[in-house]
Amino acid sequence: MSHSEEYTVGPLRGPSQEPSAHEGDPMITVRGLARQFALRGRTVDAVKGIDFDVAAGELVGFLGPNGAGKTTTLRMLTTLLRPTGGTATVGGCDLLTDPQGVRRRIGYVAQGGSTWPESRVGEEIELQARLYGLSRSEARRRGALLAEQLDLAGLDQRPAKTLSGGQRRRLDIALGLVHEPALVFLDEPTTGLDPQSRANLWDHVRRMRAEQGMTVFLTTHYLDEADALCDRILVTDHGTIVAQGTPDELKARVAGDTITIEVSDRPTEAADAAQQLPGAHEVTITDDTVRLRVPHGDAALPELLRVLDRQGITMTSVKVNRPTLDDVFLSLTGRCLRDDEAAPPALEATHAA
Amino acid sequence: MLHDTGLIFTRDMKLSLRNPTWLLIGIMQPLLYLFLFGPLMVTVVRNTPGFPSDDAWTVLTPALIVQTALFSGSFAGVGLLTEYRVGVVDRFRGTPASRSALLFGKVLAQAAQATAQSALIVVVTLLVFDLNAPVSGMLLSLLIAAVLAITLSSGSYALALILKSEAAFPSLMNMVLLPLLLLSGVLLPVTRELAPAWLYNLARINPLTHIVDAERAAFRGDLQATGLLTGCLILLLMTVLALVWGTRTFQKENA
Repeated sequence: MSHSEEYTVGPLRGPSQEPSAHEGDPMITVRGLARQFALRGRTVDAVKGIDFDVAAGELVGFLGPNGAGKTTTLRMLTTLLRPTGGTATVGGCDLLTDPQGVRRRIGYVAQGGSTWPESRVGEEIELQARLYGLSRSEARRRGALLAEQLDLAGLDQRPAKTLSGGQRRRLDIALGLVHEPALVFLDEPTTGLDPQSRANLWDHVRRMRAEQGMTVFLTTHYLDEADALCDRILVTDHGTIVAQGTPDELKARVAGDTITIEVSDRPTEAADAAQQLPGAHEVTITDDTVRLRVPHGDAALPELLRVLDRQGITMTSVKVNRPTLDDVFLSLTGRCLRDDEAAPPALEATHAA
Repeated sequence: MLHDTGLIFTRDMKLSLRNPTWLLIGIMQPLLYLFLFGPLMVTVVRNTPGFPSDDAWTVLTPALIVQTALFSGSFAGVGLLTEYRVGVVDRFRGTPASRSALLFGKVLAQAAQATAQSALIVVVTLLVFDLNAPVSGMLLSLLIAAVLAITLSSGSYALALILKSEAAFPSLMNMVLLPLLLLSGVLLPVTRELAPAWLYNLARINPLTHIVDAERAAFRGDLQATGLLTGCLILLLMTVLALVWGTRTFQKENA
């Protein structure tokens, strides 16, 4: 390694009391960050030179399917994996020349968890805090506070292996926050949790961020998670960032709402009529179902109903759908987000049209 | 770095003391050797010339100490790989704690455990069998066992982090350890009188042989023996190499 990993023991080691980044300064700056792996003699580009910024106080989601390079990126930004290309500044410190500075300023909650099954909740939190240089009493004080905030109170003598999935995940998060970092990385924070625990964890993330003004960078392959939690989303696929924006901006990129009408007969004529609507596009027919996109579905619907009524076409159902992040992902990458689930055939037909 | 070494050492010791089966499992094998093999050894040593001492227990006990330190040290990497799998290693590596301290804390805990096991073996041999060894020699032998455990666990941790396979690592260890153990004369000393020349020469190349020789010299109270000095020097050289290797591996960012 080109740089020394050693550092001096001293008061400097404590959690940074000084603001590590000024208001409005980027908390993360990534330029051309890349990572190659050699796999059975072949070179695999897990991350292909990505660029992005995260401002202080933002909650940014890194959204992509499994294998998109999310965890690799996170491991690079948390100093656990050396990039093979590019540069990054994390929490005001250069990733390559000052990894110790980065480590002091960030919290990291890994994807697969981070607790030793036999260790007790209280001692895990205390040890973690002390590895950040906090005194024993300060470590205990922080531990008790975090346990309170994350619904872990009263569990400090319990071995980690006896915790429920949700409790264990909250313990992972407590371990990542024990030194009050200005920036925290959460890798797939709710994967494997039941819906109730997920919603509960989202609440915790939102609240801790609101109370402490932390910058949060999380990865997820759940659209609803990115939608519900994030100020801004970086959509990633095959090691590149394919789009970024707020959830609403991304949804606006999918041109318009979807109107789905089912008719009892003459679907072709219904489709022709629909085609006449201002801004109508991507009109498709599947059996008795006509699907189209218009910029403003709620405004276009009365007009469509009038036209069809005038032509005497009987409708059996009408539906207007706002675009979802799923649509966004599909239109950006041509595939569904959850790579283990096949895209619904109707949607595929729409995009084939 | 001392601070972090202490934290990791305390963590590992706390966990092993909470579940002391490691101590019992670790000394099960040497105890079996003492009870089921020791009595045979007494007769063999008495009737066969060529042993470094005519007291079987001063030949067998130090060898069992080396064997115990060898096994517990070499397999230390298995525990590290489990910690790696559940994410503990990455969690520690994500903190500003010194990478060397993460290694040293674990290595010292291994040394403490090996010393405790060795001490138990000595106590049992003293109480149950007719062991006759000077206290200074026995203490020196415990020190050698501790340093040997430091050496082997450091190397074991480095190798485990490089292989990163919970399946391959123990198989590799078993493959390496048996020939190393047989060639070090743990059960029967590979002396010039007892072994054919080629086997004797092969054993001399094995660094472990010299450490077993040093342990036996300490148990005989023969502190002037050249074997003791040679063994200690070889051990210290190995320790330095193993710690450098371990530290380097722990400092690699993708280790």
